[in-house]
Amino acid sequence: MVCESWKTQLDTYLDGELPSDEMHAFDAHVRSCASCAADALARVQTKRSIQAAGKRFIPRAEFRRRVEESIGVKPRRSVVGWGWMITAAILALLLVGGLGVTYNERRRASQEQQGYSELADLHVATLASTSPVDVVSSDRHTVKPWFQGKIPFTFNLPELQNSEFSLVGGRITYFEQTPGAHLIYKLRKHELSVFIFQEGISPSMRDEHSAVARRLSFNMETWSQGGLWYCIVGDASASDVHELAELLKRSASS
Amino acid sequence: MLVSAKELQSDAFEELAMPLFDRLYNFAYWLTQNRDETEDLVQETYAKALRGFSSFQPGTNFRAWMYRILRNTFLTSRTGLKATMTVPLDSEENGRELTSECQTPEAILIERADWQRVQSAIDDLPVASREILLLCEVEEMSYREIAEALSIPVGTVMSRLSRARKMLAERLRR
Repeated sequence: MVCESWKTQLDTYLDGELPSDEMHAFDAHVRSCASCAADALARVQTKRSIQAAGKRFIPRAEFRRRVEESIGVKPRRSVVGWGWMITAAILALLLVGGLGVTYNERRRASQEQQGYSELADLHVATLASTSPVDVVSSDRHTVKPWFQGKIPFTFNLPELQNSEFSLVGGRITYFEQTPGAHLIYKLRKHELSVFIFQEGISPSMRDEHSAVARRLSFNMETWSQGGLWYCIVGDASASDVHELAELLKRSASS
Repeated sequence: MLVSAKELQSDAFEELAMPLFDRLYNFAYWLTQNRDETEDLVQETYAKALRGFSSFQPGTNFRAWMYRILRNTFLTSRTGLKATMTVPLDSEENGRELTSECQTPEAILIERADWQRVQSAIDDLPVASREILLLCEVEEMSYREIAEALSIPVGTVMSRLSRARKMLAERLRR
């Protein structure tokens, strides 16, 4: 079996239970081994399926009340008089409003997390593929025109002559049923994905700021510019990801 | 207004225990696979936990403590006794060798399958495998926390978990 010693520990790695030095070694291996990366992706999907399927049973409200009573949870005191009732009504409104805001915040955070997970999956799945790009060229003047007529927008790509980055190529990708551009850049031994979609594709992920964030062990940077939404995903350092983002931003504004 | 020590203890217990209610119920249902038994199990767990709350060490893991009480209560119930009597728990120390060798066709299958299919595969697992898989994947407990909840060593957690994953994969392949 290919990479047998790594694969025997793959579940422990994905459970986040390896010692930190082994986690780092594993990170590096998964990034450089297509077979282990594909296996890791499949197992992450399995974990997600179990997680979704496992949240299955919900207690009845009446049963919850029964348990609360049995452990002595105090019943809500009844309020007497109009003054108290008005105060209670105002508090209830504030509470409902607050809950609504909290709920929406949580929902938005969850959608955002799911969106970033999907992009990280796209990044890993693409790198694990035997043909990660459909247009193979380091020349931006070859890659950019390749997208013509395939996606409903156009974009500029940076000149990389004086940088450490090199363009590997590009492919069409889909996110939330919307087509976009997926470009692969190389920096030393790291490969970074640049996703470009029309702005508004995912309202929960419209980051106005563009600070590098660490999500799912990847560094990511997102921003909106000129009606397009950009997302860089990769295992390179935060400063490298940011440097690529700056190059793209400059080319987009030129 | 004077508040008794008992009331204070009850308030502290409520604050810690009630946020776990839905999750404990879900876990209990997976164990018993019957609503009435689940409700009895959860109610008894809360009653026992409240009675023993004074022995709980602040700063230690309350969640693992609650799951341990629930699981021990289940094991002494009729369904629990029946389940453990029919499921051998041997060969647990050979965990590393049992690590799944999956080439992950099952993962592809899972991706396509609906929840019911995964749920019925989990349902079909022996209790020892079902509970450890749920604690790891659904409750997202660390190995140490699972070890605490199930009163087993961390090494056994790893081997049992590995076996549970392998069994689930086999069921999904069918």
